[in-house]
Amino acid sequence: MRSESNLEKVLEKGEFAVTGELGPPKGNDLELVKKKIGLLKGNVDAVNITDNQTAVVRMSSIATSKILIDEGLEPVMQMVVRDRNRIAIQSDIFGATALGIKNMLCLSGDHQTFGNQPDAKNVFDIDSIQLIDGVRRLRDEKKFFGTDEDIEGEVKLFIGAAFNPFAEPYEYRPYRLKKKVQAGANFVQSQCIYDMKMFKEFMKVACDLGLDEKCHIMAGVTPLKNAGMTKYMAKNVPGIIIPDEIVKRMSDVPKEKAAEEGIKICVEQIQELREIKGVHGIHLMAIEWEEKVHEILTQAKLLPRPVV
Amino acid sequence: MIVGDRKPIEEIKEMLTPYKKILLVGCGTCISVCMTGGEKEVGILASELRIISDLEKKGWEITEDTIQRQCEREYIEPLKEKFDQADVVMSMACGVGVQYMAEVFPHKIVLPAVNTTFYGTNVAEGEWQERCAGCGDCVLDKTLGICPVARCSKGLFNGPCGGTDKGKCEVNKDLDCAWYLIYNRLKEHGKLDMLDEVMSIRSWKSSLHGGPRKRVREEAQK
Repeated sequence: MRSESNLEKVLEKGEFAVTGELGPPKGNDLELVKKKIGLLKGNVDAVNITDNQTAVVRMSSIATSKILIDEGLEPVMQMVVRDRNRIAIQSDIFGATALGIKNMLCLSGDHQTFGNQPDAKNVFDIDSIQLIDGVRRLRDEKKFFGTDEDIEGEVKLFIGAAFNPFAEPYEYRPYRLKKKVQAGANFVQSQCIYDMKMFKEFMKVACDLGLDEKCHIMAGVTPLKNAGMTKYMAKNVPGIIIPDEIVKRMSDVPKEKAAEEGIKICVEQIQELREIKGVHGIHLMAIEWEEKVHEILTQAKLLPRPVV
Repeated sequence: MIVGDRKPIEEIKEMLTPYKKILLVGCGTCISVCMTGGEKEVGILASELRIISDLEKKGWEITEDTIQRQCEREYIEPLKEKFDQADVVMSMACGVGVQYMAEVFPHKIVLPAVNTTFYGTNVAEGEWQERCAGCGDCVLDKTLGICPVARCSKGLFNGPCGGTDKGKCEVNKDLDCAWYLIYNRLKEHGKLDMLDEVMSIRSWKSSLHGGPRKRVREEAQK
C-alpha cells in the first residue's frame, strides 16, 4: 500500500470503484461544502476536490479536502501546475499530507483565460507528467523534485492523473496515458465519456500496452441535465465528443423528462463501462447535480459501497 | 525578428503632453520589417501628432529620424545634436532600443511608442507569429523544430493536453496546437518514438527566471 487510502484499498481489492466530484464554492461559504458532502457521503469511495477548475477562483482544494476528512469523507485532492511553481507545489503537498490527505490528482489545469481572472500570469513551471514524476519521487525516494536532497517525513500518496481519449491526435492518446503511468500514476480518471465506441477502441490499445495492469483506469461519466446542456457541450467543449444519437435522445424527450433521460443514459453508460476490460471504476462528475448521485448509483447497482 | 505593436494614439498623446519639442526616432531593423516602427511608420505617427497638435493646440514641434539599429551605440551616437535640441525623445523601436538610447544619452528621457510583443516571423502577408521565447535552453531537437515553450499555451513538455480541438489550441481557435504540430512532424519523419521519453523537470535559470541575462565573450573583447 502506497497511501492506505480508502480508494487505493477498494481498487487494490479488485472492487469496482466509484469516485465523485465536488467543486468548492466561489468564496468561503462552508455550508455549501457541507451540503455537497451530505449528498456524496456513503455513495462514493472518494471525492475529487477540484483546484480552481476552469480557472475560476474557488476555495482551495487543500482546505476543502481537509473539511471533507473532518466530515468523514475521503478526498482526492486535485492539483494543477497552472498556479504553482515547484516550490509551492512541494510545500502544498507536505501541508496536504500532514493534514491527512492521501489521494492526489496531478493536472496541468485549464488555461487562465477561461476563468474569472483572465489577466492573471500563469506559472507552468512544470507540466502534469513532470508533476506525477515529482510526486512519485517525493513518495518513493523521499527526495525533493530534481535534487538529491532528502525530505523530512513521508509523503504517502495514491497518485492519480487524468486522461482524455477524445482529444486529438486520437491515435496518440493511449501512448500519452502510458507516459503518465510510466511517470508514476497509480490511478487515472478520464474525461467525460459519451462516445462508447471510441472509448472501447482506446481501451483496447491501452490494454494491449498493459496499462490496465500497471494502473487503475477509471472511466469518467457526467449525467446530462437537459437538451440545451447536451448541445452546448457537444458543440463547444474542447475534448468532449457527444454522438448525435445521444444528442437526439436528449432532444426528443419532453423538457420535463430530460433529466430522467439524462440519468437513464448515464446508468446505461456505467453498465456498459463495467463490461469493458481494464476499467476498474467510474469517476462520476455530477457537476452541480450532486443530489442525483445516490439515484444514479442506486440504479447502476453500485451501492452500498464496499467497506475495506 | 522582434515584433511589436504601436501603442494606441491616446496613450502616446498622454505621454507627450508635458513636452513641446519631440524627437521621434524609428528603427530600421526588426521593427521596421514588421511594419511597426520604421521610417514609414515614423512619418505616419508624426503626421498624426501634428494634426492632434493643431486641433488641440498642443504646440508640439516634431522632428523625425530613423536609424539603422537602436540596439547599437554606433548608430545612436550620430543623433546627439537632435537629442540635445529635443525636450523628449520618443522611440518607435522595441524595448531594447528605447532603453539603449536612454543609456547612450542619459540626460534625455526616452518614451516608448511601441509595445514589444514577441520573437516571430512573417508567415504570410500582414501576419506575424511567435516562434521563440528566448528561454535559454533550446529543445527544438526533441520536437523537430516546433517550440513547446513559445507555442504551447501551457508550455507543456510532454505532449498535448486534453484540450486539443481539431488541431487547434483550446485557448484560441485560430491558434495551432503546438503539440499537435509536433506529433504530426515526428510522425512524418518516422520519429514518434521520441515522444516516449518523459522530458524531465527543466531548469529555468537560463531564462529570465534566473535574473536578467548577460554574456561576456572574452574572444570578442579587445
